[in-house]
Amino acid sequence: MSKPVPTPPDHAASSAQHSIDQLQDRIRDLEQTAHDTGQNLDLALGPLREQLQELHSQKLPSRWERVQLARTAGRPTALDYAEWICTDFVELHGDRVYGDDQALIGGPAYWQGRRVMLLLQQKGRDTKDKIKRRFGSANPEGYRKAVRLMDLADKFGLPVVALIDTQGAYPGLEAEERGQGWAIAESIQRMSRLKVPAVCAVIGEGGSGGALAIGIGNRVLIMENAWYSVISPEGAASIIWKDASKAPTAAEALKLTAPDLLALGIVEEVIAEPAGGAHLNPQQAAHNLGQVVSRHLDELAQQSPEQWQQGRAERFRKLGAFEER
Amino acid sequence: MALDRFFPRRKPQVNRAEQDTPDLWAKCPKCKANIYLRELEQQLYVCPKCGFHNRVNPQKRADVLLDGPLEVWSGHIWPVDALEFHDTETYPDRLKRAQQKTGRPDAILTGRGELDGLPVALAIMDFEFSGGSMGSVVGEEIARAAERAAAEGIPFVLVAASGGARMQESALSLMQMAKTTIALEGLARRGLPYISILSDPTTGGVTASLATIADVIIAEPGALIGFAGPRVIQQTIRQNLPEGFQRAEFLLTHGMVDMVTDRREQRAELSKLLRLLQARIGPKVPAKSSEAGASEAGASQPAPQEGEHHHV
Repeated sequence: MSKPVPTPPDHAASSAQHSIDQLQDRIRDLEQTAHDTGQNLDLALGPLREQLQELHSQKLPSRWERVQLARTAGRPTALDYAEWICTDFVELHGDRVYGDDQALIGGPAYWQGRRVMLLLQQKGRDTKDKIKRRFGSANPEGYRKAVRLMDLADKFGLPVVALIDTQGAYPGLEAEERGQGWAIAESIQRMSRLKVPAVCAVIGEGGSGGALAIGIGNRVLIMENAWYSVISPEGAASIIWKDASKAPTAAEALKLTAPDLLALGIVEEVIAEPAGGAHLNPQQAAHNLGQVVSRHLDELAQQSPEQWQQGRAERFRKLGAFEER
Repeated sequence: MALDRFFPRRKPQVNRAEQDTPDLWAKCPKCKANIYLRELEQQLYVCPKCGFHNRVNPQKRADVLLDGPLEVWSGHIWPVDALEFHDTETYPDRLKRAQQKTGRPDAILTGRGELDGLPVALAIMDFEFSGGSMGSVVGEEIARAAERAAAEGIPFVLVAASGGARMQESALSLMQMAKTTIALEGLARRGLPYISILSDPTTGGVTASLATIADVIIAEPGALIGFAGPRVIQQTIRQNLPEGFQRAEFLLTHGMVDMVTDRREQRAELSKLLRLLQARIGPKVPAKSSEAGASEAGASQPAPQEGEHHHV
């Protein structure tokens, strides 16, 4: 794998943007003329306005626009999806060592009728809830709880479904004291050892090791306007340019969108979102996510435990871009 | 070169006295003591006055740990710019500069050698190459070395020195955390020991994957080890960080590493551990008497000075 990632979506997006800009200028000029001269130019303006609307609906979002869509207020959270798609979800609490993390939660449930173990990165729904959950950034006890739930999944033969939505693991003083890096590493290791299949879906943000910790799936999926990267655009911008406001530029460089990741072979499938983003029609987004994950679970159900373990190992073993000399 | 901050760069116009004794003395960046260069070398680049551990390059690291030369495995795979990454300069330009500086394709040296008579696989990260960051090549070399060690039935030793996953390969770098972790499983399945030595610095994605899943974790005195960078944490909590935060000794107190071991004792420590934790199958290596062990270590490495036994 050494081919550069093709970038058609954004070329298309930028040319669409160009047409939109031109059209907007013409409309503004005409409106100004109408205002200045008192002429009625509605006959000319009408079709132009329609054309503009049409262009807006066609335009593919840029990488940075997708990052913003992934963060839009009203975008469904992991728990929203779980409630819409699953039945009988029983949240299990605590890592049995230190505490109960609110940013990474989970427990058994039926996924459209299939028994699964859910791992959910939950950002929170209102301000109070978001603060309690540290906006989806887990502490070590979150990852240790995930490990405990994976033990249960193995014991009871429950396929793991992980919904990823985090800007990254929580960068706090106490998180470091309690071994944030160690907890993430353990979770990666534990997930790679699962004797059951795992399907992971990035539903919003997939930030760094904090996302990867529950991302070792036989299938890794991503929603159309979600992102997944080694670092958040803000993090990259502040390291490279020492300026977090350069995040849009960093987002372009990081090639972190769903189409990029599909081209790189990092994900198996992009899950379609309703036009304009999941927040505009959450039920439709949940329907799509539910169906696609179910399909992958059913496909994997046909395989043997050896194939689940080996398949997962081989999937990650082959990822990377280099050349032999 | 790793010792830039120890060896003052030679300035074009130096006075006579300095010219007569070029680079014979170095100033310790921590205690500011003047140290005779040959002595510093003999002390494995640990300040004989204050115990400050200077960074060393991978080749020196191998020399320090092994009886003889390293049979080099790495060096045949090269990084590519799969993302056409461009920030303040292009990724290929950055790579070229790092390759010229270090003389290797990427930030990793792997191979096989003998440590106190025991065959071992070694993987050493090169901090001088792009901050030791782990991209596809580093991940692949480590994975291949771990797989080869498992196939040859020999223990695996990692010397970590890395700022984390490499930004310029984005998600591909992130996936190396999974790849290396999975490749190291082969050693575990065959009951072969994996020991990591965390040197300054070991942070980010490397801490959150391969470096911390070792059977035994040895940290170098004073090394910065953690997941998030101190600056990021400070911005999050908006308070000053406590003295010694994320240093090797801090991690020992918090139960995150097995020992903090002076570089001059690491070889002896590894020899002991590898004999105690050998594979359940295959030929047995006898224990060395403590006296023989001590004299062996003493013969090949200068003993640290009194009061500098950092390991516990």
